[in-house]
Amino acid sequence: MRSSVRFSMSAAILVSLLCSAPAIAQESHIGNLVGNAKSGKALYVRYCIFCHGPNGDGRGESAPYLDPKPRDFTKALFKCRSTPSGSLPLDSDLYDTITRGIHASGMPSWKPLLKQERADLIAYIKTFSSAFQEEKPGAAMPIPPEPPNPAESVQRGAELFQSMNCWQCHGKDGRGHGPSAAALTDSQGYPITPFDFTSGKRFKCGESDGDMFRDLATGLDGTPMPSFAAAMTADQRWDVVHYIRTLSNPKARASAKNDANAHGNE
Amino acid sequence: MTKAGYMKNYLSLVIAAIALLMFSLPGRVSAAPASPDASSLTGQVKFEGAAPKPTRIDMSADPVCSKAHPTSATTEDIVVGADGGLANVVVYISDGLTSHNFEPPPQPAVFEQKGCQYKPHVLAMQASQKLDVVNSDETTHNIHPSPNNNREWNMTQPHGVPIEQTFAREEIAIPVKCNVHPWMRGYIAVFKHPYFSVTDKNGSFDLKDLPPGTYTITAWQEKLGTQTQKVTVGTGEAKTLSFTFKQ
Repeated sequence: MRSSVRFSMSAAILVSLLCSAPAIAQESHIGNLVGNAKSGKALYVRYCIFCHGPNGDGRGESAPYLDPKPRDFTKALFKCRSTPSGSLPLDSDLYDTITRGIHASGMPSWKPLLKQERADLIAYIKTFSSAFQEEKPGAAMPIPPEPPNPAESVQRGAELFQSMNCWQCHGKDGRGHGPSAAALTDSQGYPITPFDFTSGKRFKCGESDGDMFRDLATGLDGTPMPSFAAAMTADQRWDVVHYIRTLSNPKARASAKNDANAHGNE
Repeated sequence: MTKAGYMKNYLSLVIAAIALLMFSLPGRVSAAPASPDASSLTGQVKFEGAAPKPTRIDMSADPVCSKAHPTSATTEDIVVGADGGLANVVVYISDGLTSHNFEPPPQPAVFEQKGCQYKPHVLAMQASQKLDVVNSDETTHNIHPSPNNNREWNMTQPHGVPIEQTFAREEIAIPVKCNVHPWMRGYIAVFKHPYFSVTDKNGSFDLKDLPPGTYTITAWQEKLGTQTQKVTVGTGEAKTLSFTFKQ
């Protein structure tokens, strides 16, 4: 009798030990905020379900009318991350994305929601894929301080734009009409166009030079845009950022070229 | 028994239970080394009918690529050898293994970009085995696998820069592309066990060091689909097997 009580007690301890782990994935952690998936679900049903669907697979009622298509959360694949290509995003990356919204898509900024509500939504979005329980996101990729932006940096960036084959998709003039552009699809098989740097439009994952630097380091997972983490040093990535800035400003580009030539003649 | 005695008993029981649980989990074993008991399965995959003419690839968008091919490069989706052997078919055990835990081999699998094509066109490797991606071309590629059961990654790789990756889970097979050069296409088949073989240009495959047993053997071809056969190999037996694909 006593031994059976002891057995059931130890069994209960073991069971509780084994079951306590998955509960962690029902939360999100952004700074001091702790998001709760249960509260997030109510918000999701109210604000997100029409596009992203009841199952989080991006097949909501309005999905057929949207281009680009709503994100399929079951794939756990996200464009805007601070983590290396192939890694899950940090909770704060997802929080930043819904706060900022995704420009040139149907995804608006959700800044009008409370910070706590946004954290709750992130906790719920993570329940659509088991990846968040099975794997850990990698560490955020470092963004070193931006060096000064002289004409030489722009010139080096222009050379890298060539040698790194950026132009094969984005085009020699940065308009997004490179020779490979027409063949590009996203990971769901939908056609996708390379960014037109001359348009002056806002970038999808943030506007600052640091955001552009991070995009080059992480790549935009789920799209043809690769990570240049192995391909370029931090200084080289800053050079490319400086060059891309000139593409939306032809005057700056011309004067940079003249400056670089002048330096070359010195 | 005193109260302290009960406590002690109880504690040791819990510890024993945890220990039992830990040891009863199946241990990871290395791939069986060649023993006299080990069996083997060899054979050929054939293509029936007239071999389809390979399509020429226009690589003019990148002169580095087109220069690598004095005669025009051709597609590799169906490669038939001189005697009708079908290359790039993955032959593997899909069912029947009794052990399911295998350490990945220490040496890396190598996937090379050469002449703006993948070498090999179809690579087979074990889950969690190191994958070395090599760019031997004097141009910049991006290597972009599109898995269903693994994490998707996408890395730019200039000439000579090493990239090391891996896939955690079994998946047959992951398409690989280069967005910079849209004609590039290859496959990486990932297995949780070491019993797989990719046919050479003669269509030959070789499954070595099999534990004796009854297995389902599957042959996978990227365009022609899959075929399966059931086979029993006895202790130390060397059996042959053949598959025939047609369009």
